[in-house]
Amino acid sequence: MSEATKKVKVRFEGLPREMIALRVSREIPEGSYVNLGIGIPTLISNWIEGRDIVLQAELGMLKTGPLVEGDEADQDLINASCQAICSLQGSSFFDIVESFTMIRGGHIDIAVMGALQINARGDYAGWANPSRGLLVGNIGGSMDLCAGARKLFIAMEHTTKDGETKVVNELTYPETTKGKVSLIFTDLAVMEVTTKGLLLREVAPGLTAENIQSVTEPKLIISPQLKEIEF
Amino acid sequence: MNKVVSSVQEAVADIHDGAVIAVPGFFTCGVPRALLWALVEKGVKNLTLTCGCGPLVGASDISQALVQNGQLKKVIDSYGLFRSASKGLQDPFEQAVRAGTIELEVSPMGTLAERYRAAAAGIPAFYTPTGVGSVVEEMVVTNIDANRQQKETRVFGEAKYILEYALKPDFALIHAFIGDTEGNLSYNKTALNFNHVMATAAKVTIAEVEKIVEPGVLKPGDVRTPSVYVHRVVHAERPKFAITID
Repeated sequence: MSEATKKVKVRFEGLPREMIALRVSREIPEGSYVNLGIGIPTLISNWIEGRDIVLQAELGMLKTGPLVEGDEADQDLINASCQAICSLQGSSFFDIVESFTMIRGGHIDIAVMGALQINARGDYAGWANPSRGLLVGNIGGSMDLCAGARKLFIAMEHTTKDGETKVVNELTYPETTKGKVSLIFTDLAVMEVTTKGLLLREVAPGLTAENIQSVTEPKLIISPQLKEIEF
Repeated sequence: MNKVVSSVQEAVADIHDGAVIAVPGFFTCGVPRALLWALVEKGVKNLTLTCGCGPLVGASDISQALVQNGQLKKVIDSYGLFRSASKGLQDPFEQAVRAGTIELEVSPMGTLAERYRAAAAGIPAFYTPTGVGSVVEEMVVTNIDANRQQKETRVFGEAKYILEYALKPDFALIHAFIGDTEGNLSYNKTALNFNHVMATAAKVTIAEVEKIVEPGVLKPGDVRTPSVYVHRVVHAERPKFAITID
């Protein structure tokens, strides 16, 4: 893949981050225990109020409540993105070993993570950006969630700020995991990782399958039921 | 058995140059700030701080003081750098990591939690699926070339697992909400995070607590860390701090 083909020429107007989060929330069934990564995934918490979904925060809390501000903020009560939150009826606190027993032991139904790059095999990179010029990065709980969550979704922008596609043939950034991602939600499309390749299931309003392909390195399989993203 | 000491200075008096010290806290939450400032004041050098998730990012004022005093040799953490690359460039710790004057070893968070638990429970090593398919499977991830040792893996059933080793610090600095004079501890909400497991893992555990009470005030069922793990208890006022890593 030459540099010329890697660079995306056209930028499409896609969904705002909040709407990507809304679309992901529609894919989470009632009765799920879910962990949300930093970034777009955290925004999903705004869309599940009133639904029977329990959020786990890896620092040691089940059933995290909404964000709080000002005098309501308790410095001993934060989510995994270091934001002040509140607890709810039925919340629980526990230590970090208990938390990762839940995560690594297969007790969390869905993890939603951000990504820097993803390929058609469901491998993704998210813990270190080589442009930072360091051989180390922030792994946090991402690799434990990849190892243990029953399903792994990615929620991200389709391209970088510089217009490069993040959906690539081969990862050039360090992998977080291999072959674990099942669904990819971007501002432009919803794609499913299948054994035959990436299945394009939904496109953002006003866009075509050809538009999505033009900003995606792997050859997309177009779903016969291809439709606009629905909320 | 009364384990109360009268000051944070007395609590850290035997921490020596070259010590390996567990520092709990999840970003800003549950960090033993008073004991860490006592460590800054004491000026001991060549320290290895073993963390869990970014206490030095959350308490960046303390991190800067430790770096500027030249006290740090190495940090082990899952989240040791600022998320923002531009903020990281201004950070003395990241600058030292870039220069190679401080080692930063990065590990998945759950693997770190289990390494402390294993040390606490007398288990020398364990196999975990976490990190398979990444560079974590192949080697210790660190900015220092010479320390990038290879890792062992083994297949159980259909899947591959990585051998990880117990991590036993010389000291653990703990932040608890309430401690009794015998060393029983309880924590407030998500400030528990790495505190309990680090208290159980270290050779010497020193707890700063917001309230010291007589034995019996903490109900037996409310004790989170039983006294057997705790060697010193010191009262420390809890300052207000900003809940932010930005």
